[in-house]
Amino acid sequence: MYTFDYARPESLKDVATALRKQGEAKLLAGGQSLVQALRLRLAHPPALVDLQAIPELRGIAVANNVVSVGAMTRHAEVAASREIQRAIPALAKLAAGIGDRQVRNQGTIGGSLANADPGADYPAAVLGLGANIVTNKREIPADKFFLGLFETALKPGELIVRVDFPLPLRAGYAKFRNPASRFALVGVFVCDTTSGVRVAVTGAGPCVFRAKRMEKVLAKDFTPQAVEKIVLPAEGLNTDIHAQADYRAHLVTVMAQRAVEAAAKL
Amino acid sequence: MSESLLGQSVRRKEDYRFLTGSGTYTDDVTVPGQLYAFFLRSPHAHARIRAIDTAAAKAAPGVVAVYVGTDLQGKVNGLPCGWLITGIDGQPMKEPVHPPLAQGKVRHVGDQVAMIVAESLNQAKDASELIEVDYEVLPACVDPAQARAPGAPLVHDDVPDNTCYVWGLGDKAATDAAFAQAAHVTTLEYINNRLIPNAIEPRAAVAQYHRGDDSYTLHVTSQNPHVERLLMTAFVLGLPEHKVRVIAPDVGGGFGSKIFLYAEETVLTWAAGQIKRPIKWTAERSESFLADAHGRDHVTKAELALDKHGKFLALRVHTTAGLGAYLSTFASSVPTILYATLLAGQYTTPNIYCEVTSVFTHTAPVDAYRGAGRPEATYVVERIVETAAREMKIDPAEIRRRNFITQFPYQTPVALCYDIGNYEGTLSEAMRVADVPGFEVRRKEAEARGKLRGLGYSAYIEACGLAPSNIAGALGARAGLYEAGEVRVHPTGKVTVFTGSHSHGQGHETTFAQVVAQRLGMSVEDIDVVHGDTGRIAFGMGTYGSRSIAVGGAAIVRALDKVVAKGKKIAAHLLEAAEGDIEFENGEFTVAGTDKKVPFAQVALTAYVPHNYPLDKLEPGLNEMAFYDPTNFTFPAGCHICEVEIDRATGETRIVNFTAVDDFGKIINPMIVEGQVHGGLTQGIGQALLEACVYDKESGQLITGSMMDYALPRADDVPNFKVSTQETPCTHNPLGVKGCGEAGAIGAPAAVINAITAALWPLGVRDIPMPATPQTVWRALQTAPKARSGRA
Repeated sequence: MYTFDYARPESLKDVATALRKQGEAKLLAGGQSLVQALRLRLAHPPALVDLQAIPELRGIAVANNVVSVGAMTRHAEVAASREIQRAIPALAKLAAGIGDRQVRNQGTIGGSLANADPGADYPAAVLGLGANIVTNKREIPADKFFLGLFETALKPGELIVRVDFPLPLRAGYAKFRNPASRFALVGVFVCDTTSGVRVAVTGAGPCVFRAKRMEKVLAKDFTPQAVEKIVLPAEGLNTDIHAQADYRAHLVTVMAQRAVEAAAKL
Repeated sequence: MSESLLGQSVRRKEDYRFLTGSGTYTDDVTVPGQLYAFFLRSPHAHARIRAIDTAAAKAAPGVVAVYVGTDLQGKVNGLPCGWLITGIDGQPMKEPVHPPLAQGKVRHVGDQVAMIVAESLNQAKDASELIEVDYEVLPACVDPAQARAPGAPLVHDDVPDNTCYVWGLGDKAATDAAFAQAAHVTTLEYINNRLIPNAIEPRAAVAQYHRGDDSYTLHVTSQNPHVERLLMTAFVLGLPEHKVRVIAPDVGGGFGSKIFLYAEETVLTWAAGQIKRPIKWTAERSESFLADAHGRDHVTKAELALDKHGKFLALRVHTTAGLGAYLSTFASSVPTILYATLLAGQYTTPNIYCEVTSVFTHTAPVDAYRGAGRPEATYVVERIVETAAREMKIDPAEIRRRNFITQFPYQTPVALCYDIGNYEGTLSEAMRVADVPGFEVRRKEAEARGKLRGLGYSAYIEACGLAPSNIAGALGARAGLYEAGEVRVHPTGKVTVFTGSHSHGQGHETTFAQVVAQRLGMSVEDIDVVHGDTGRIAFGMGTYGSRSIAVGGAAIVRALDKVVAKGKKIAAHLLEAAEGDIEFENGEFTVAGTDKKVPFAQVALTAYVPHNYPLDKLEPGLNEMAFYDPTNFTFPAGCHICEVEIDRATGETRIVNFTAVDDFGKIINPMIVEGQVHGGLTQGIGQALLEACVYDKESGQLITGSMMDYALPRADDVPNFKVSTQETPCTHNPLGVKGCGEAGAIGAPAAVINAITAALWPLGVRDIPMPATPQTVWRALQTAPKARSGRA
């Protein structure tokens, strides 16, 4: 690790002050990616602003058909939340399947979204459910949030405060894990709403994306069989030692079927 | 007579220490004035070092010294190889210099280029970034199959064709002749995938120089501290052996990777003497991936000749083995002596010929890893036997039965002489436990769920208890392979045992205490086992090759024999009887046929307070030691049966049942044995399904350089194992034991792949490479001649 300055503000106002003082500072949420990068000397920010002591960033609330999850809410808290288990069981289940127990006790939804790892689970839920990402500056709809590999619409000085998930009619998530890292090799989140079906795919491409052809057929026929024959073009999908693009494309189809099956069961 | 302690699952004495965080690992050792070392490693697989500028690093805050290869020239020799292999051309193997810090060239990513010593680790790291190395990057070769190709980049300029040796074992002419008579020939080509060991505790060392008596102490993560000291002092540093104490304290796993003398602790020890301050180095996990010795890395073609009844006539094997960039301590013996000698397996195959070409590549050194050569041999034999059975439409269990060795001792055509075994016994018991007759019902039920289900066998054998020194010497070993044991009876009758074996997870402190407690009629609590310190233990060859109980345990038994013999003399004096009339049982010396007796503790006290004692004939004290050199290898063997289900839609394999019935001879502590089997099986399953060390073919970069890409097995990757044992006691050591540490890793890979190929056979798939990842299996299903579309 390189040396860095460290601040632990206790309010959003103090965060803004800390960021004004040190423009190059990095925000530290659960630290599940950033701390590793620091330890490997792959990242060397001059300062860290730790968000763990800010009460406004924590907590889960369900009201007016919206599930709000504070940015610093841990994966384990989402997984264990009775309210979320009732309102959007697929979201609780997704959170319960992130990383391992230690990661879930430390990692946060805000940290995961801001990092936008191509293999992360939460982006699939956020895009699949059509959530709104509420920052200290504005609200960003999920469709406008994820821009590319580790790239989001967040501007310098902007931080996620909470995520608002509209309640779906039904939703399901299925993931095929990378055998080594256990990130999503491919994860598919399907969501049936009054205004149509959304299908979000993580792990397969550089960034989470929607599978529009699948959405169209599922809107007419919300069954696993409906997507059985829809295979995404391999072009543009990720290739690495664990899975080449054509295998990932195939897995998107299989995981989509399983996600629909899971949604139908709930 | 009290119940025997041998065969009891005594709870592990050492676990209190480990579970309460009270162990002392090398990184826990901190001495006053200690400095920290950091190694700058090569970012290139192959490059010429044009120049190194360390001036800025030397001037950086906290830096005490910076060393590069040229600083060591003439002072620190290359690292030696402990086993000489002689090629079929009669020439000794090529032994290119293995400099502890790169000299002139770097030869793999992670090769040590410089050592920076500073007041803090962070200062050493900061300084390392100020070192400027001018590299001329050269093309690299990381694939053993390509190492001898025309124009392949040479790892060492003085080793043509990157070839260390071409070695052979067996009768080539007779084998070829047998193939000409064969009714059926099965041919398989396979890669035995390269593995990265990953013990929980990374390698570490703390080197101290003591001005007062010009001596050194080295704490190091070693499986064999005496061997470490011998190699380091006699071959590399030229220090007198009595001036160097090597301590391997608690060590968190080794799996072979901590047998070897590595560059880091060698340079550290030398530098501690230069700077005259203690220095600590602890590897980070990424360094372990880059610079620990890896395992396996074979490319093999095997052919099995059979008669029309499925009797094996001959086996012919050609293997190219990757050694990495340098010869690690026992690298040369692993793909030869520890591999080809096991190719008879459990079978009477009369003719076997194996030729091994070992090559250098621009990768980390490859050496012994749990099983070391024997998993590779078992994979060859058990895959080809099972494939032959399927090709000839003979039941895989039946073909094995037709070929089992049943008469012992049995001289194989590949040098070994098996003393005893019961292969039918372990096979039939494994079949019973695994419910083989019920498999077809389970397969059909799985099919209805869209799953392919398969069952595969692996009837393995290993040669353990390394090794008779004279035989090992004749085969090229440059060391003896005996073990030392010392039993120190204290005046109060309590006992400290000193063993040259080293426990780094195996539970020796309990198992060895049971052996002593049983013999002396004491409780295991009254016995402490000391290991891992050249300053306290007379000598030792360490722990590897499942040798600890068979060789180290036997040495302790021999020392116990001497204790009891001397105790009888003392007892005879105390009881005023003839020595020949004294018997020793349950902790008491008795005069045969009388009620006259004296307890062991009183004899011990008398030995140390020799007032009423035959001082004219007998020395006081009760402290005996023995060296034990085995007369043969031991031959643990058994049968593993694996049952898998494959998800047709994703290609994912789940192990649904795994049965292991092992014959380890006599068993001292069944719980510890079961734990060893569980660990071994998990590593074997890891090799079969998950683990693959991948270097980029172009750049030579290690792609699987972290847990993000290198898939170690997790608890939920393995099933609840069904493990049991059968017993044919070893005929040539005093405990009748064979060893159990490696069996799981040796037998499991073939069982898993045989199960997968059994499931895929009806679709026309004949082989699946390791690791059988979901993608690999899915691709095989895509191209399978008779595959139908899967369902989700």
